[in-house]
Amino acid sequence: MFDAVSSNLPFLMGGFWVTVKLAFFALAGGIPLGILVGLGRISRNKWVYYPVTFYVNVIRNIPLLLVIFWFYFVMPIIIGSPLDPFPSAVISFIIFEATYFGEILRAGYQSVSKGQIEAGYSTGLTYVQTTRYILIPIALRRMLPSMITQSIVTYQDTCLAFVIGLPEFVRRARIVDTLEVRSIQLFGFVAIVFFITCYIGSVISRRFEVREQEGG
Amino acid sequence: MGLAYEFDWGVLWRNPYGMYLLQGIWVTIKLGLIGWAIALSLGVLIGTVRISPWRWLRLIGTAYVEIFRNIPFMVQLFFWYYAGPMLFGEALQYRINSIIGLNYYVAIIALGMYTASRVAEHTRAGFSAISRDHYYAALSTGLTHPQMYRHVIIPYALRIIIPPLTTEFLTIFKNSSIAMTIGVLETTFMSYKIDSETFHGLESTTGACLIYLALGLVVVRLMGILESRLKIPGMIGR
Repeated sequence: MFDAVSSNLPFLMGGFWVTVKLAFFALAGGIPLGILVGLGRISRNKWVYYPVTFYVNVIRNIPLLLVIFWFYFVMPIIIGSPLDPFPSAVISFIIFEATYFGEILRAGYQSVSKGQIEAGYSTGLTYVQTTRYILIPIALRRMLPSMITQSIVTYQDTCLAFVIGLPEFVRRARIVDTLEVRSIQLFGFVAIVFFITCYIGSVISRRFEVREQEGG
Repeated sequence: MGLAYEFDWGVLWRNPYGMYLLQGIWVTIKLGLIGWAIALSLGVLIGTVRISPWRWLRLIGTAYVEIFRNIPFMVQLFFWYYAGPMLFGEALQYRINSIIGLNYYVAIIALGMYTASRVAEHTRAGFSAISRDHYYAALSTGLTHPQMYRHVIIPYALRIIIPPLTTEFLTIFKNSSIAMTIGVLETTFMSYKIDSETFHGLESTTGACLIYLALGLVVVRLMGILESRLKIPGMIGR
């Protein structure tokens, strides 16, 4: 029944590996940048606040697909030579997802009580130390369920790199499909793999949510 | 050196490219609005079903939401477009594939069904924000269960969830760009088409970005008006 899938399994799973790698790099860059973006969004310095807010509001109102295209077109102009789809996709995902992680973390930062920050200062910590050792760890822990959910969304989003010709999971399924015309099983297989991996992620996220509530 | 690139912003309005973009905007608006009509009606229905007293209905609602949320929209689109007609069997398959503008219809339905799963989650959250007393009060005045939902709970819940629905309404326009992967001639597709004809993709995609930003501003404005019109008296204003 799954003949087209099983006979092309190494090729398809190679594509799945590209998808996983892309998601990994997107998160490895997007979360740290998101931490900074979130700090910028609560900054009292208007030279930080306004540019960061502008960046977040613009990117969040543009489809990810266009961001991917835009970087694919702009990178060759900046570096002077054509860029592979993979690094180009990684850059666009980092820039795009950082705004979403940033907004989640902004809510996290704002949930940290003033008393805790002042306690940090009163023990002699500097602004950077207070942020590094008190604000960021508390916000990250509190926002963990939302962070996991957004990570799942990022993982799902990676398939959009399809449009710049990256041979990821869906692109490879499409290639096999044009040769063998087994759309039901091929896209069914892709859908099942995504469903299982994302479902596991959402169960983990929910578990953290429950733990957070129990911890008070 | 990359500085050799010469900008040509004329691709945004010069004939025929300006027309391409206008056609694209029109298709984006149609995809968003019709998809939204499907998403809202189906989503509210599924959200209601998920809190109904009947176990089997709840199970179907939960399954729907989990399936549509955990599969990327582009994969759903490909499944409906490429595999969908095959599900109807040999004879019908060719009839369906010969429908003119099939990709357009598939995109609208897929967009509506996908967004419905998200609307359903917001609807459910809206229901749980309504206190139990409202349910009891409605039932004690002699309303049946369906009447209670129709006249008391749903109108109430819908107003509570207008802010998250605004976000979803914005998202449906953004997600409609993914329809280009099955060849629907919407804004993103058109900006890409301009690139393939002029090699000025940077200008055309920048133009498309501005179009989406403008569309987003209009939607936020309209939903803001709607929200203030439908405000529930006595609730904390925003």
